[in-house]
Amino acid sequence: MSPGVVVDHLVVSRRAHPILHGVSLRVAPGELVGLLGPSGSGKSTLMRTLVGVQAFQSGRVLVDDLPVGSPALRDRIGYVAQSPASYRDLTVEENVRYFAAMLGVEARDASRVIDVVDLNAHRHDLVSSLSGGEINRVSLAVALLGAPRLLVLDEPTVGLDPVLRERLWTVFGHLRDQGLAVVVSSHVMDEAARCDRLVLLREGRVIFEGGPDLLLTTTNSSTYDNAFVALVRSAP
Amino acid sequence: MTRRRTLITAQRILTQLKHDPRTIGLVLAVPAGLVGLLAWSLLHRPGQFNALGPRLLGVFPLTVMFLVTSVTTLRERTSGTLERLLTLPVAKGDIIGGYAVAFSLVAMVQSALVALLSYTVFGLHHVGIPWRSSLVALLSGLLGTAFGLALSALATSEFQAVQFMPAFILPQLLLSGLFVPLGDLPLGLRQVADVLPMSAAIRALQPNETVSGALLQSAVMLGYIGAALCVGALTLRRRQP
Ligand SMILES: Nc1ncnc2c1ncn2[C@@H]1O[C@H](COP(=O)(O)OP(=O)(O)OP(=O)(O)O)[C@@H](O)[C@H]1O
Ligand SMILES: [Mg+2]
Repeated sequence: MSPGVVVDHLVVSRRAHPILHGVSLRVAPGELVGLLGPSGSGKSTLMRTLVGVQAFQSGRVLVDDLPVGSPALRDRIGYVAQSPASYRDLTVEENVRYFAAMLGVEARDASRVIDVVDLNAHRHDLVSSLSGGEINRVSLAVALLGAPRLLVLDEPTVGLDPVLRERLWTVFGHLRDQGLAVVVSSHVMDEAARCDRLVLLREGRVIFEGGPDLLLTTTNSSTYDNAFVALVRSAP
Repeated sequence: MTRRRTLITAQRILTQLKHDPRTIGLVLAVPAGLVGLLAWSLLHRPGQFNALGPRLLGVFPLTVMFLVTSVTTLRERTSGTLERLLTLPVAKGDIIGGYAVAFSLVAMVQSALVALLSYTVFGLHHVGIPWRSSLVALLSGLLGTAFGLALSALATSEFQAVQFMPAFILPQLLLSGLFVPLGDLPLGLRQVADVLPMSAAIRALQPNETVSGALLQSAVMLGYIGAALCVGALTLRRRQP
């Protein structure tokens, strides 16, 4: 019995192009893991596999001991895809309420998550009239609906100002404290410091795994940006 | 598949339409306007509108609903919302069913409006069975929706989806008996024409069609609707390769 995420030797190819070459990963309940790596390194592919929308060639991917894609996992995983998935011709509230109803949670929960992502002022605005960062937050609100055990957030803070990023990372931290397993990908290296553990991908392989401090010490860097560059440039 | 999720999805699709009044206007006004235009253009040929008019009630709902459904579902496929929905405890039938329910309501309003204007303003004389044109118009709208759902899987852009309209509708229209009587078609084409969905709709609306004949054609249409909805459900994949 190992609750949380278990990924072993995951191999994913898309259109005969190998993308992930045997990735292994653990995320325990109550752990916040940051997924980093250059553009195209396979972060989104790994996250899509975790939520069960990406087929894989070999390896083992379990969430709470169930193979990903199991029907029993469908109300246990909150997911923000890299490109926002909301109906542009519905209002914020109509979007979140629809997903809430499909998930089988009460409409009250929709108001709660709209609050969490700070979209109260825009609740009656059409998504097509929102800014990029606001549209991303609609997807985030949907991911927070109900009582997920695992959150998979693909660049949830992209396009947000520092104040809002701070606020959302505090939310992710709270959820982690409540025992959720949280996986967040990001390009903003300063956000790495907020994670319990970092996993750095390069060309479909894990090239670093460890706490934020370890990232700095192993690369002998003073900033996360420098550490990232040093690791990505280092010989395989 | 649950009735609740199907109805919620239908409601969501109708809400989307509600925020887009111009589309509603086009969906409702274009078929009625076309029938009106036909009535006007045949003003000096009494009798012809009565022969053609009812059959157009089988053509317009199919065409308009096919176009509306294929574009809306394609948008759902490409915007990521479909993928997101399929990660939730939702059956594929809930989504397909939601589209079928929402758009059959639209088709109902649309065909009622066309029929109402045809029989009042445009001067169509009803011969035959009164309920028939509404039933067939509704089935024809559902046919458009069902095929739009299934065929939108083949399109990767809205531009392609729009191109499916002439590819899917025009051959059926050419072989529907409106231009060349079915009996005059070459044998191979005749056999094809006999089994096309639009031919069933048009035959069911022919003034000289018997009740049992109209029911048979309606059953054929229902068969096509069921089959296309199943294909539509099969094209929804939870997992991408
Ligand atoms: N639909 C697709 N079909 C084929 N290959 C794809 C597809 N989507 C992504 N890829 C390939 O998979 C590789 C990894 O992509 P992925 O989106 O996982 O990267 P990423 O690390 O999330 O990048 P970014 O930081 O830019 O979001 C890329 O080389 C990309 O070309
Ligand atoms: Mg990505």
